[in-house]
Amino acid sequence: MTHIERTSLRRRSFIVGASATGLAFGYVAANGIKDALAANAFGPTSWYSIAPDGSVTVMVGKAEMGQHVSSAMCQIVAEELEADWSKMKIALPENDPKYNDPVLGALITGGSWSVRMNFETMSRAGAAGRITLIEAGAGLLGVPFSECRASNSQVIHSKTGKKVSYAKIVADGKASKVWTADELKAITLKTPDQYRLVGQSVPQLDIPSKIDGTAKFGIDAMMPGMLYGKPVMPPVRYGAKVTKVDDGDAKKVKGFVRAVTLDDKTATTSGWVVVVATTYEGAKAAADVLNVTYDKGPYANVSDQTLIDEARKLQADASAGQLFVSQGDPAQAIGGAAKTFEAEYLTSINIHAPLEPMNALAYEQGGVWHIHTGNQFATRTGGIAADALGVDPKNVVLQQYFMGGGFGRRLDADMVVPAVLAAKAVGKPVKLIYAREDDMAMDFTRPLTVQKVKAGVDADGKLIGLQHDVVCAWPTARWGIPGFLTPSVDKKGPLDSFTVNGADFWYTVPNHRVRAILNELAQHATPSGQLRSVAPGWTFWAVESMIDELAHAAGKDPVDYRLALLDGAGANAGGAKKLANALRTAAGRAGWGSATLPKNSGIGIACVSSQERATATWTACAANVEVNPANGEFTVKRLTIAMDLGTVVNPDGVKAQIEGSALWGMSLALFEKAPLKDGALQVSNFGDYTPLRMSEMPDLDISIIANNDPPSGCGEPGVTVVAPAIANAIFNACGVRVRSLPITAAAVRDGLKAKG
Amino acid sequence: MLTLTVNGQAKQVDVENDTPLLWVIREHLQMTGTKFGCGAGLCGACTVHLDGVAVRSCQTAAKDAVGKKVTTIEGLAPAGQPHALQVAWAAEQVPQCGYCQSGQIMQAASLLSKNNDPTKAEIVAHMDGNLCRCMTYGRIQRAIVRAAADMRAKSGS
Repeated sequence: MTHIERTSLRRRSFIVGASATGLAFGYVAANGIKDALAANAFGPTSWYSIAPDGSVTVMVGKAEMGQHVSSAMCQIVAEELEADWSKMKIALPENDPKYNDPVLGALITGGSWSVRMNFETMSRAGAAGRITLIEAGAGLLGVPFSECRASNSQVIHSKTGKKVSYAKIVADGKASKVWTADELKAITLKTPDQYRLVGQSVPQLDIPSKIDGTAKFGIDAMMPGMLYGKPVMPPVRYGAKVTKVDDGDAKKVKGFVRAVTLDDKTATTSGWVVVVATTYEGAKAAADVLNVTYDKGPYANVSDQTLIDEARKLQADASAGQLFVSQGDPAQAIGGAAKTFEAEYLTSINIHAPLEPMNALAYEQGGVWHIHTGNQFATRTGGIAADALGVDPKNVVLQQYFMGGGFGRRLDADMVVPAVLAAKAVGKPVKLIYAREDDMAMDFTRPLTVQKVKAGVDADGKLIGLQHDVVCAWPTARWGIPGFLTPSVDKKGPLDSFTVNGADFWYTVPNHRVRAILNELAQHATPSGQLRSVAPGWTFWAVESMIDELAHAAGKDPVDYRLALLDGAGANAGGAKKLANALRTAAGRAGWGSATLPKNSGIGIACVSSQERATATWTACAANVEVNPANGEFTVKRLTIAMDLGTVVNPDGVKAQIEGSALWGMSLALFEKAPLKDGALQVSNFGDYTPLRMSEMPDLDISIIANNDPPSGCGEPGVTVVAPAIANAIFNACGVRVRSLPITAAAVRDGLKAKG
Repeated sequence: MLTLTVNGQAKQVDVENDTPLLWVIREHLQMTGTKFGCGAGLCGACTVHLDGVAVRSCQTAAKDAVGKKVTTIEGLAPAGQPHALQVAWAAEQVPQCGYCQSGQIMQAASLLSKNNDPTKAEIVAHMDGNLCRCMTYGRIQRAIVRAAADMRAKSGS
């Protein structure tokens, strides 16, 4: 298994030194300074570098999949470096540990963590660079350091106005400095009133190449003499074995080279064959006529209902699972409550379906394996490729590319396994490309979830006890990396908090228990992954639906009911009031309580603290929905979102992420479902897995609440708030409560019928 | 061997008659701005122009492009003189992951070549077959409206 060591920058120095192509800036481990200063080791591939023409290239360790994180990282560096924005450039690194995330200790991108966790590190890197350049520039100008400042990629002597550009300082080649960790820490960073780039909607640096077709994605990688690979997938998601391959017909296809049955020692795949040919169309044609016989394995009878039945059995077992939250005595509180409520909330299996299908180009050269692909977790993916090949991980170089959508799908490593094994088998470079059907059938899915929520209220309808059980596959536990698991409060061993995050909400409920229960059958039959927003995408579906049910049952306004629970008492100090503020903002802009709505229409409210309690972004949504009472069909007219995310690096970039994530939330709530039957996902292409299209887009009203708090993430929270807001709106429109995602017209119609 | 005219240049390609034009462009000619998304005409990522009309290159046989003008994102506008849509795409900061955007722009270009003042309904009807998994639809709409206005201003209509 991949070894992840969480390192701390506190043990690292920062070095500025001349390199072959200019001036390089980068963090190094304290014991590596001597090596780093040797020109060969400390090359231009550091955190950033300045070329003699003054261009500043930031090596972005974060996966660029459309969230414009590469541009945000440049903005943070340029702010403190006092660099000219027009001189900033992006470069994407290899899987070298020196680019590891400073907090996470690995090359990994997810969790809406990037800006939050890298802001200070990148700021200090920029500031140390600026100070070093001012020192060198003062020397060149023959003036005291203390009388100089930097602005727009120039060092300026304030008294005389004499200046020297960064380009000249770099060309001079004398700037050099080693910053100790203590010296770095002592640098006074800018205060928000001094920002000139952070907080500005500067144009995103990755966009020009995405408009003229020059942006390079993994699928665009080429290698002279390369062959093409097309996988042939087994009839079940996991557990199949290949018993026989008949390539008689495939051999007749022009350009056919070989059918490679994968012996995958990492168990990432099971029962896969790769057809290799001289062209992709040849590989596909040969794959279409390859005759493979399978042993379908132990999960060939598993369906959605099997997983739901198993989950219900586990939930009913009081000894199952581990506790994520345990406060007070919820059983006693609910037992003695004036009124109790119990509901089950379901979410379907969903797939990522990024528009760029999974792919990887692999080849061996001089004992080193090179893989070209876009990946969100290069540290682990490189390790899995090494394990599949049986080579030392340091002999696997994974070159990063832009990603044609990630959404968590590219945290996984399955695409590199068939690429390297096929390349090894044929002894030539192989570019492997999944057909869309392969990509959908073998997705590492958002798991099916079954949640049981029991609540007790006092005579006034106030929530006094809540029990919340979450049963599903555990996507992050599947990685086998202890550092990503969380100790359980009942000391029954680590749990996968990425299945229950969000359930530890900021409402004050004196008696509260959250139980995480692993559905082992689902874990094996449908290997799950991290789908954009992960747990808060389902936990808030349950919590925000139940809170709404309680408010209505108590005859209270659902906004007022939530605000009363967001009292900021005890451990909820601070955050609860910020969430209340976001809630009031969204409700106010949507005309909650003031707008006159058309007949059969309703506004629904939800508020969330996604992603994790420690990394919360305060988000609220009001959804306007109109229901046709004759047939249950409904239309989402508008989504009003308010989000407080502290310091905003690029407001337009944040807005773009909220737009996309809110529509993702709606798409998952209404249009996306990957049914499981006979052990296989019943989806093949965009004809049967149907994300939201332009004609289905509602109006969006987005409010960004920016303040001077540390920056938070914006890529995922919007996903999590929309589904409960829509369901709550449907209830307000027609009195039907839907508790299963995706919400269908049939479910609303059935509810209307049952209501009579 | 087939001879295709791609972005004004004659290209000889060693492919079968029924090889999808997509793979001819992307892998044989190594012009990778045109993208593979679904292989079934369901997403629009592979959209190119045949004699100025938007088609799905994954559903177009190579032989059917013979004798016609194939235009890809690389040939939409002369170098250094971006198409009004590309200018608008930058102004509205449309792309996120960017993978679908070549197809979106090519699809939109075929609309504006016939109608430089489309209504919102006409834009939606014309663009609905182009999936954007990042869901940049609102910005795509705004960019098309902006480009259309720009084109009208330049043509004086």
